[in-house]
Amino acid sequence: MDFRGLFKEEATKRQALTAGHVVPDSSRCVECGICSYNCPINIDVRRHAWRGESINDSHCLTCGECVARCPRGVLQFERTELFPLNE
Amino acid sequence: MNYVVIGSGAAGIAAVEGIRRIDPSGKIHLISDEPEGYYSRPGLAYFLTGELVERQLYPFTEADFQRLDVERVGERVLRLHPESHKIELQNGEAIPYNRLLVATGARAATLNLPGSDALGVVKLDNILDARIIIKIARKARRAIVVGGGITALEIVEGLVARKVKVHYFLRGDRYWSNVLDETESRVVENRLQEEGVKIHYHTELAEILTKRGRVAAVRTRDGHEIKSDMVAVAVGIRPHKELAADCGIQTDRGIIVNERLQTSEPDIYAAGDVAQVYDPVSGSYVLDSLWGLARNQGTVAGLNMAGENHTYRKPVPFNVTRLANLTTTIIGTVGKGVDKDLVGIARGDSETWRQLPEAIAAQSDFDVNRLRVLVGQHTLVGAVVMGDQTLSRPLQHLVARKVDITAYREGLLQPGAPIGDLVADMWTSCQKS
Repeated sequence: MDFRGLFKEEATKRQALTAGHVVPDSSRCVECGICSYNCPINIDVRRHAWRGESINDSHCLTCGECVARCPRGVLQFERTELFPLNE
Repeated sequence: MNYVVIGSGAAGIAAVEGIRRIDPSGKIHLISDEPEGYYSRPGLAYFLTGELVERQLYPFTEADFQRLDVERVGERVLRLHPESHKIELQNGEAIPYNRLLVATGARAATLNLPGSDALGVVKLDNILDARIIIKIARKARRAIVVGGGITALEIVEGLVARKVKVHYFLRGDRYWSNVLDETESRVVENRLQEEGVKIHYHTELAEILTKRGRVAAVRTRDGHEIKSDMVAVAVGIRPHKELAADCGIQTDRGIIVNERLQTSEPDIYAAGDVAQVYDPVSGSYVLDSLWGLARNQGTVAGLNMAGENHTYRKPVPFNVTRLANLTTTIIGTVGKGVDKDLVGIARGDSETWRQLPEAIAAQSDFDVNRLRVLVGQHTLVGAVVMGDQTLSRPLQHLVARKVDITAYREGLLQPGAPIGDLVADMWTSCQKS
């Protein structure tokens, strides 16, 4: 087993959690509301997703529940520009 | 200015929003005979599985309707009167309009078989149907589901989640054969079978047998009888075009509209599932029944009703759905009827394409991942992405923008080519240029 690969994956997850934010692709969204339903702090993720706005609510924990549960892959983490990682 | 919008689905609501962007003060009537108003029709699938509760299906609050300053009318429209610019409601009232939008959607096609009006025969058109399915499923032990597309599968999965034994009837030899290739169909079927679904291939309903007005069993065309407490039918949809057809507006399978989404009556527009829209690429009038496209059409219709001049362009076909718990994106030209000169190549899950520079973490925790791309002479013309969605946005871009892939073509067509890596490369180089 290649442990370097394993660590790389772990690093990627952590990067996503600390330096990422949730960005929607509104063309995939059908407004079902599973994202909002599963948000632990009740952000109306659906409204952001449908309008194509990233989840810019400062309370967002980037817990990833909405990303994982969306049945249509609307949401993904993208790197924020605040803290560039590769510099 | 008086605007009337008939239908409160994605197209109707988007049209109201479009009108309000241009005209903050005109009067807008939003008419719907569904008392529930605006809810996510595609979300019914997840209401059936129990992944969300009914109240979650409503994207709008009262404040949203107030913000749009729209008067909602819960009545059925009986007739349109284009010559006098009025619509007639079932309660006898007439509402005048300067611009009218027909966004009445589509209805499930029905099977005309003995017994099809029995209690326990269901469809999945609207929220009422979903409630009925859930209610019957509480007591039902066995169900028959008929139909080869997405809605049928949504019902199957909803019933499985509710512990009902499902017999799934397919007319052909595999699931959704006009879109999926054989491996993709088998992936879906295997996962359903693992969940306990009994799939009956080459099987069609002949008769629904009833007992005291309720479904008791079904008989198939080849003479088999299967006991059942419910029969769910999802064999396609029909645009709800009658209002337009009855007053002489040009219709075909749906209501014919030009690129501005105007019908043959210039002050009457149509959008969403009911509209059959001119597509300059194919030179024909086409129907689409997708939530996102209904919104796009509604927006264009609303803006034009308020005096703007926008054209609707049908985008490259694109749909995302969930098949047996696998997020699946279908892009461009795939499936049957595909040009024989195209080369289709597919790969499973053995590659290293999980990481793209611009996509830190798309959905990726699936046990099955599959990627199929259709390679034309100079472009990718279609793709099916099952499971891991990391590459679906890049592929959507590469197909829709007709990005030249000539430099990668030979590599893609090598036996055992690392398709995922190559797609990732194409995307990266396309982002740089």
